[in-house]
Amino acid sequence: MKRDQLPNAARAAEPRLRAVSPSGIEVPTQVDASAVDASRIGKPGEYPFTRGIFEDGYAGRLWTIRQYSGFGTAEESNERYKFLLAKGQTGLSVALDLPTQCGLDPTHPMARPEIGKVGVSLSNLSEAEILFRDLDLSKISTSFTINGTAAIVYAMYLAVADKQGVRRDQLTGTIQNDILKEYVARGTWIFPVRPSMRLIADSILYSNETSPRFNPISIAGAHVRDAGATAAEEMAYTLANGLAYVDELQARGGDVEKFAKRLSFFFYVHMDFFDEIAKFRAGRRLWARFMKERYGARDPKAQHFRFGVVCGGSSLVAPQPYNNVVRVAVETMAAVFGGAQSVFTCAFDEAFQIPTEFSAELAVRTQQILAYESGIGRSVDPLGGSYMLEQHTDRMEEQIQRVMTEIDAYGGVVRAIEDGWIQMRLAERGLQRKLDNDSGLSVVVGQNHFKKEDEEVRVGEVFTLDPTVASRALEKFQRVMDTRDNAAVQRSLERLSRAAAQDRENVMPYLVDCCHAYATVGEMVASLKQQWGEFKEPVNL
Amino acid sequence: MSTQASTAALASRRILIGKPGLDGHDIGAKIIALTLRNAGAEVIYTGLRRSPQQIAQVAVDEGVDAVGLSILSGSHKELVADVIVQLRAMKAEGVKVFVGGTIPAEDHAHLRGLGVSAVFTADMPLERVVAELAESLA
Repeated sequence: MKRDQLPNAARAAEPRLRAVSPSGIEVPTQVDASAVDASRIGKPGEYPFTRGIFEDGYAGRLWTIRQYSGFGTAEESNERYKFLLAKGQTGLSVALDLPTQCGLDPTHPMARPEIGKVGVSLSNLSEAEILFRDLDLSKISTSFTINGTAAIVYAMYLAVADKQGVRRDQLTGTIQNDILKEYVARGTWIFPVRPSMRLIADSILYSNETSPRFNPISIAGAHVRDAGATAAEEMAYTLANGLAYVDELQARGGDVEKFAKRLSFFFYVHMDFFDEIAKFRAGRRLWARFMKERYGARDPKAQHFRFGVVCGGSSLVAPQPYNNVVRVAVETMAAVFGGAQSVFTCAFDEAFQIPTEFSAELAVRTQQILAYESGIGRSVDPLGGSYMLEQHTDRMEEQIQRVMTEIDAYGGVVRAIEDGWIQMRLAERGLQRKLDNDSGLSVVVGQNHFKKEDEEVRVGEVFTLDPTVASRALEKFQRVMDTRDNAAVQRSLERLSRAAAQDRENVMPYLVDCCHAYATVGEMVASLKQQWGEFKEPVNL
Repeated sequence: MSTQASTAALASRRILIGKPGLDGHDIGAKIIALTLRNAGAEVIYTGLRRSPQQIAQVAVDEGVDAVGLSILSGSHKELVADVIVQLRAMKAEGVKVFVGGTIPAEDHAHLRGLGVSAVFTADMPLERVVAELAESLA
């Protein structure tokens, strides 16, 4: 379409490109060689890993293409898993319902309306036995989106493996287990910050010994990003959280050369192409430097910044939904140029309904087209050495460090979260992002510019609701209560409680024993709460 | 409506923003709380994981004009109905109830039928949210 054919409304609204990126980084119209400090860049696979953690990039190993997977009851999920495995998929992804995430049994009054709604109800070992029935845990990798009760779910996974006769050191998979961002943006916290940090360190150290191929944490920036943080802030908060875990792990006797190899990260990619690529390159360089210089890690694997990404999220909008297909493609390219280890692409309709089979397939095809048709993965870090990108990476690094310095000046992430300081900063940023969208200062095509005046935007079903899920979960729960050895449960819970009171103890083996005795998630959480108390949310708006 | 006019309209209004149930996504609730305060209202925020009973009790104790409920877990029908029942039981029918979050289009009429004054979704400009609230509380 020629310009003069555009409707008047669209032409009048035509926005201007700003000289400052969404992360607040100045972007000159022209950058030349004088802006690049080659000594900061290095080679792919070499410290400080600006250009990637592997010397052969995606030629050695393509990024992992993650797929959309649904939810329901343990029985339905088990059927779905068998289907996916038969189709050749080797990784499962498990979403848990909110009661399981918050440590409440299905019988708790607050749990009732949420049972089985956004994931599976995994209230005790018997549900895990159903979930993984006839699946060989030594052959599959299982990823759990779980945080507040991650240590318990991990203990349950170990217990299922024990019962199946699978050796624990054969297990592979991931638990998210990143509590700090829960206090800031996702909300499934249970205990106060400090005992939560201990629980996470206990689970990581135990996992390093007992299931060394399992990833016991995925430190996530995605949620603060979706709430309103810029790319630089997303990376800064996530690195700061990561360093807080490293401090805790060291304080509890962990060896950085060992545990650092099992730390991984998880981010969102939004639409500003160079902010995103620079964010990953700068983050990788900063993490390597922290590990080497601050913690003395010598093994390169302990300096590696491994991360997965989600493309889409809050950058996808309901008006003119097919535009989202283009957004996801651009974001996936940014993830690839940033050197991501795995990519999950959101479906274009995810902003307003449960993805259909069609939209979920298109999301995967987008990645396959980029991986196998476009050729962008042939050469490692193909944009490395670009005057503009290298300068932008340097400036992004400075911006990230500025935010980290502010957190340090406040007294560190733990205190900043306890006081609600980071939460407040994020809320203000979220408000600003919303106002910039409302005013059209941040351009969202189809939503605040180039709108179709007569378009009707509708939001479809966002969560599937099977009315029998809750009653079935309650029935099964009651059956376990009636048949288990209650005296054995009580003994295991008392031992857990005593271990929690002793700072020198690792609570993990006690949690595994509780799981074997069919203690419930709610009971284990209650025993830990007895010793540790509950987080008091700072509501200082 | 200009922001200035909204400021006048919400001045001296007391509004409770509540997060019923277990849903932990609170950025929308906080953005609305800050916006209403910037528009002159006195805003109270409950924090996460409140029961409908607790929210109704705070609404009564604080003598608010309106309660805004933020729900993104898909449990809006049950939780909103429960808050309204509790408000009635506490003889606080006069308190207006608003809902925000991921609310499918086909549920809007259902919620209004329960007595909800308006349903707000994330794509709605904040200025319009303030304007609709002001009009409803006038």
